[in-house]
Amino acid sequence: MNELLIYSALSLGGVAAGFAVVLYVISQRFKVEEDPRIDEVTQMLPGINCGACGFAGCSGFAEALVEAADSGDVSGLSCPPGGSETMTQIGEYFGFEMGSTHKTIAVLRCGGSCSNAPAKTQYQGPPTCAIAHSLYVGINGCPHSCLRLGDCEIACPFDAIVMNSDSGLPEVIPELCTSCGACVRACPRDLFEIRPRGKGKAERRVWINCRNTQPGGVARKNCKVACIGCGKCVRVCNDIVQAISMQNNLAYIDPHKCIACGKCVPVCPTNAIVATFEPPKPKQAKKETADTQA
Amino acid sequence: MVAVKTFPMGGVHPPENKLTADSPIQVLDPPDEVSILLGQHIGAPAEPVVQKGDKVKVGTLIGEGKAFISANVHSTVSGTVKRVDEALDAAGFRKPAVVIAVEGDEWEDDIDRSPDLVTEITATPEEIIDRIKAAGIVGMGGAAFPTNVKYMVPEGKQVDTLVINGVECEPYLTADHRLMLEHTDEILVGIEVLRKALRVDRAVVGIELNKPDAIEAMTQGAERFPNIEVYGLKVQYPQGAEKQLIKAILDREVPGGKLPLDVGCVVNNVGTALAAYHEIQKNRPLIDRVVTVTGTSLSNRGNFLIRIGTPFARAIEAAGGMTDDVAKVIAGGPMMGKAVPDLSVPVTKGTSGILLLTKAEAEQRETVPCIRCSKCVEVCPVGLEPYLLEKLARVEYWEQSDEHDVLDCIECGSCTYICPSNRPLLDYIKVSKVKVHEMRRASTS
Repeated sequence: MNELLIYSALSLGGVAAGFAVVLYVISQRFKVEEDPRIDEVTQMLPGINCGACGFAGCSGFAEALVEAADSGDVSGLSCPPGGSETMTQIGEYFGFEMGSTHKTIAVLRCGGSCSNAPAKTQYQGPPTCAIAHSLYVGINGCPHSCLRLGDCEIACPFDAIVMNSDSGLPEVIPELCTSCGACVRACPRDLFEIRPRGKGKAERRVWINCRNTQPGGVARKNCKVACIGCGKCVRVCNDIVQAISMQNNLAYIDPHKCIACGKCVPVCPTNAIVATFEPPKPKQAKKETADTQA
Repeated sequence: MVAVKTFPMGGVHPPENKLTADSPIQVLDPPDEVSILLGQHIGAPAEPVVQKGDKVKVGTLIGEGKAFISANVHSTVSGTVKRVDEALDAAGFRKPAVVIAVEGDEWEDDIDRSPDLVTEITATPEEIIDRIKAAGIVGMGGAAFPTNVKYMVPEGKQVDTLVINGVECEPYLTADHRLMLEHTDEILVGIEVLRKALRVDRAVVGIELNKPDAIEAMTQGAERFPNIEVYGLKVQYPQGAEKQLIKAILDREVPGGKLPLDVGCVVNNVGTALAAYHEIQKNRPLIDRVVTVTGTSLSNRGNFLIRIGTPFARAIEAAGGMTDDVAKVIAGGPMMGKAVPDLSVPVTKGTSGILLLTKAEAEQRETVPCIRCSKCVEVCPVGLEPYLLEKLARVEYWEQSDEHDVLDCIECGSCTYICPSNRPLLDYIKVSKVKVHEMRRASTS
C-alpha cells in the first residue's frame, strides 16, 4: 500500500516537474515584450470599453495614446466618457499639455411623445427599433419620429437612457451620460446628437427637438411639436449670433455658435425648440403684462 | 393527365383559405381621385411628365422611367392632374405621386377596348420588348420588377424556356386563379407574345393542383398552342418563387446569387402575360389589375379589377366595408404581404391582394426562446439556417451572416411561419440583408 502511494507521488511529481520545465523554457523563449506604459495608461481610463474614442476598447486606446505620445502628437485623441479630467491625468503622465475638451452630452431630437404625436397604428412586430424602422413609417405616421421601442436604452452602457412610459420617449439622465455615442449608433432614425453640455452649472443648452424634413403641413398632421420650417427662429437669431440655419424645412442650432440666450424658444409656433432652462418671455407677452399693470 | 411536380427542398403548406376562388372578377369603377405612385416598381421611380392642371385620359403617360431599371407610369383614369406631389406608399412613407381628380372615363383613342381576341402577333421581338417598356409593364406577381429588363438577355447567355407562373401559392389570394379561368385565351396569346419576344420554342405554365379548374381551362386552351405546356404542381409554399418554380417544372437549380437567365429561363406571372397581351395586341398600357379583396369579415369579398391608384379604403368598401373587429389590413398575402398603416394607401401594379384580418386572426403568440427543433432549417426552400441568421443579426455579426449566405434568402417567411417558439426569424434576416448589402457596398467603394 505504502509503495503504491510513493510510486504515484513520485511519477506524478516527475511529470509535473517535466511540464514545469517545458513551460518555463517556452515562456522565456517566446516572451512578448509589451510596453508597460500601455498597462498603466489603461488603468487610468474608465475601463468600460465603450469604443467612443474610435478604438477597440480601453487598452486599444491606451496603445494608440502611447504611440501618439512617442511621436509627439496627441491631438485628436480623446476619451468622451472620461472627459477632460482623465485626459489631463494622462497628459500629466506623458508630460504633455492636453487641450481642454468640451464636456458633451447626448440629446434626443424628437418631441413625438404619446400626447404630442398620438399613435395611429399598433405595432405587432419584434420590439426593436431597427426592425420597426425597416418595416414601416412608425406608430405615429412621422417618418422621422422616435419609434418608442428603446434600442437606445438597451445600447447605453451607463444606464443613462430610460424609456419614459408616459411620453413613450427615451430620456437622457445628464448625471450618468458620458456621451460615448452608443445611442447615436443604435438609433435607426439618427435622433441622438452629441452636443456640448453648455456653460455654467445650469448647463444651458438649446436645441431643435425635431428631425422632420417634410413640409410643415404634413409634419404637423402627425405631430403637434414638429418643426415646420417657418424660419422665425432663424430671423430672431440672425440679429444675435446667426447660430440657426434652415435646411429641408428643418432648423438646426449650431451648438458652437449658440450662446443659449433662449430667445428662439418662445418664437417657435409649434414649441419645437426646447431649452434646459426657463427661456425669456416673448416681447409681446411682456407688453401685454405691462399694459395690464398700467 | 398532367405530371405532378414540386420543388424538393423545404416548403410549408399553410391553410389555403382561398375564400374567393369562386368569385368572378368584378369591375370596380374609378374613384373620385386616384394617387398614382411614380415608384411602384423595383428600381428608380419614374419622373413625372405632367403638371398640375393638365388634362389626362386613361392611358396617358404621366411618368417616364428613365433609368435602366425603371418603368413608365400611365394615367389610369381621365380627368385633371390635381397635384404632382406625394402619396403614402404601403409602408406609410410619402413617395412621389401624381394625384388626379377623376372626370368621366375617357380613354386614349388608340386603345382597342373591344373584347375580341386578337391572336395574330405582328410585332417583331424588338418591338415587343420596346412596347412592354413603354407600357410600364412590371412583374404582376407582387415584386413588380420591370418586365422588359428580364428580356434583355446579355450576350453569351442562352435562353431556351419561358416559365409562366400561375402557381399563386400565397394563401387567400385568387387573382391569378380567376384570370386563368376568365381570360384563358388572352393569357395564352400573351404567353405567345412573350415567347416571341424571347425567341424561344418552349413555354411552360405551372399551376398548383388546388386550382383544378384553372389547370383544365389552361390545358384545353393550350391545345391550340403547340409550344405551350401546362403542368400541375403539388400544393406547396413557396412554389411561386421563381427559383423554386424553375426547379419544380424544369428540374434546373438556380445557384445562389445567380438569375434564372443563368439556367436558360425567364419567369413571368400569368398577370404579366395578360398585360403583355393587352399592350401588344390591344395597345392598352398597364392601367389596372385584379386584386383579391378578402377576409372573413368582408360580406362581399371577391376579386376586383381595380384601377391603379385607387385607395385601399375604396376597394374595401366595395367588398363590404370595414367592421369593428378588423385589426389588420395587409397588402398582398399573409405570408409575404405587408400590414399597411393607413387605408388611403393606393393600389399599385404589385398589389395582388388586400387581406383583412380580425383581432382573433391577427393575434400573435408570445415569442419564447429557441428550442433548437431545427424546423426552420427543414422548411427553408433555399437551404439556409434561419435560427442562426437570427442570432447573428441580434448580435450584429454581419460578416458571419454574409458567410452563411443570408443574401440568398427569398423572404418567403416559411421559417417564421413554422417556428413553434414564434420567433421573428424573417424580420431579423431582412435587417441582416440590408446591413450586409451596406457592408458590401462600403467595402467595394
